[in-house]
Amino acid sequence: MNDTFVILLVGCMVASSCALVGTFLVLRKMALLGDAISHSVLPGIAIGFLLTQSRSSLVMVAGAGALGVLTVFLVERLQRTGRLYADASIGVVFPALFAVGVILISRYASMIDLDLDCVLYGEIAYTPWDLVVVAGKTVGPRAVWVTGLTLLLNLVVVGLFFKELKLVSFDPGLCEALGFRPVRLHYLLMALVSVTVVAAFESVGAILVVAMLVVPPSVAYLLVDRLILMLISAVAAGCIAVFAGYGLARMVDGSIAGGMAVAAGGLFILAFLFSPRYGLIATWIRGRRATGSSAGPNSVL
Amino acid sequence: MSAADIVPTTGLPAVEVHDLTVAYRSNPVLWDVDLRIPEGRLVAIVGPNGAGKSTLLKTVLGQVRQTTGWVQVFGETYATRRSWVGYVPQRESVDWDFPTLALDVVTMGLYGRIGWLRRPGKRHREIALACLERLGIGHLAKRQISQLSGGQQQRVFLARALAQDARLYLMDEPLAGVDATTEKAIMQILRDLREEGRTVVVVHHDLQSVPEYFDNVVLLNMRLVAAGPVDEVFTDENLQRTYGGRSTILTRAADAMFASKATRKE
Repeated sequence: MNDTFVILLVGCMVASSCALVGTFLVLRKMALLGDAISHSVLPGIAIGFLLTQSRSSLVMVAGAGALGVLTVFLVERLQRTGRLYADASIGVVFPALFAVGVILISRYASMIDLDLDCVLYGEIAYTPWDLVVVAGKTVGPRAVWVTGLTLLLNLVVVGLFFKELKLVSFDPGLCEALGFRPVRLHYLLMALVSVTVVAAFESVGAILVVAMLVVPPSVAYLLVDRLILMLISAVAAGCIAVFAGYGLARMVDGSIAGGMAVAAGGLFILAFLFSPRYGLIATWIRGRRATGSSAGPNSVL
Repeated sequence: MSAADIVPTTGLPAVEVHDLTVAYRSNPVLWDVDLRIPEGRLVAIVGPNGAGKSTLLKTVLGQVRQTTGWVQVFGETYATRRSWVGYVPQRESVDWDFPTLALDVVTMGLYGRIGWLRRPGKRHREIALACLERLGIGHLAKRQISQLSGGQQQRVFLARALAQDARLYLMDEPLAGVDATTEKAIMQILRDLREEGRTVVVVHHDLQSVPEYFDNVVLLNMRLVAAGPVDEVFTDENLQRTYGGRSTILTRAADAMFASKATRKE
């Protein structure tokens, strides 16, 4: 496989996975929780890696998933005591867990092949050379397999539970009244976020993954009016950011992950200004038209 | 409505609450409430702010855990009777900027019947559209919900409740902040539901309209003050006991009436 193709493929699959779960995070006003999970899975990854000495192991994914769910559990427990604001509870939990991961990796860095910089900032440029070998034959870059399987998992879960996730995101009260278990759906979504984040480490790293979780869904939110269209547009926006970001990084000879996050930010600015329905300019024009042509009835209402 | 649509009576109380105490972090919200709501009635729950009206509904729905006591719906637990109960939360409890259409929101009322993992189909959307039409807003089915007025949003919630096709409806302030036309339309729907043999329990703020709109009333202020037919229990004396001490009662009741009138005029 061509190197550029592998990088773009991995980038797009990560962006798509992130867009799918990120849409629900944004709609449930939990974007910060996604950020928290993206950091606090680090010790899970480190422990999984130390145990198996391998980066493709299921143990690592399971470790990260467990830490993600633990984060959500601790945050909720703290919130429920009522002694701390919700956002402060998140701010207390995730740096502590993240720091444990940093210590683990820096302490054992010499013994293991897991580089802190790679975990933090991504290593997508190297993905084409890290190949999977099965029974003596190479079957393609490892990252393609990992991110591809993650995308498949996301598609299956969001596809199966679309109706339930929509209901719990819009009206948790009715969700519970109808017997759809909002708490379990919440943990299902958070487990999915955790797994997605682990896969995203491959390409954009722990710091920038939040850009993939939050920005493309926010772009989509400004553009469309239906949940299904928001999911599709978020995936599209994520993939556009991957392509544009790669081009940008090539142009300035800089970090590819950085380029992608900057491109995502650029897309957001475009949507914020020019979205036909919710953009700043469209709203401004509508406002002028309304006050210009029909001042009478509007001022009464 | 044809006779076939009329819900058969069970002979059981729609809601029975016994010895119910609910506390949030050791602050009691409901204290030793004993209550029986007969079926087939239009019932108002009234009381001052913080009297526990919403909490009472949520306890019946099993969303708030009681400290002591029990709640039954038609003689069984809520979990058993789930499909018999329709819930209309306060309008402000959801995010109306959510990317979804009016018709989708109404279809959510059918999710319980559809069950886990299955998708709503054409038949379900037709039911949902019929419910919107019954509320007079069928033409808004394809509108995104943020583009609806407050009254229209409340009608969407009512349409969703109709889609649930329940025997018992629990509604949290369905008349709050709606215009006079919407209030009339909603009250007509509630009366229709009662004529079909359903029970409708409504948290209500406008004391003045209670005798006109409702058959029964529940007067609540942490404790149950009184409950029964409006002409028996909706008395000045009971209102005074509900809305506070003798010295402040008249002003408070007047305030409540004034406030609700003001919101209705909007």
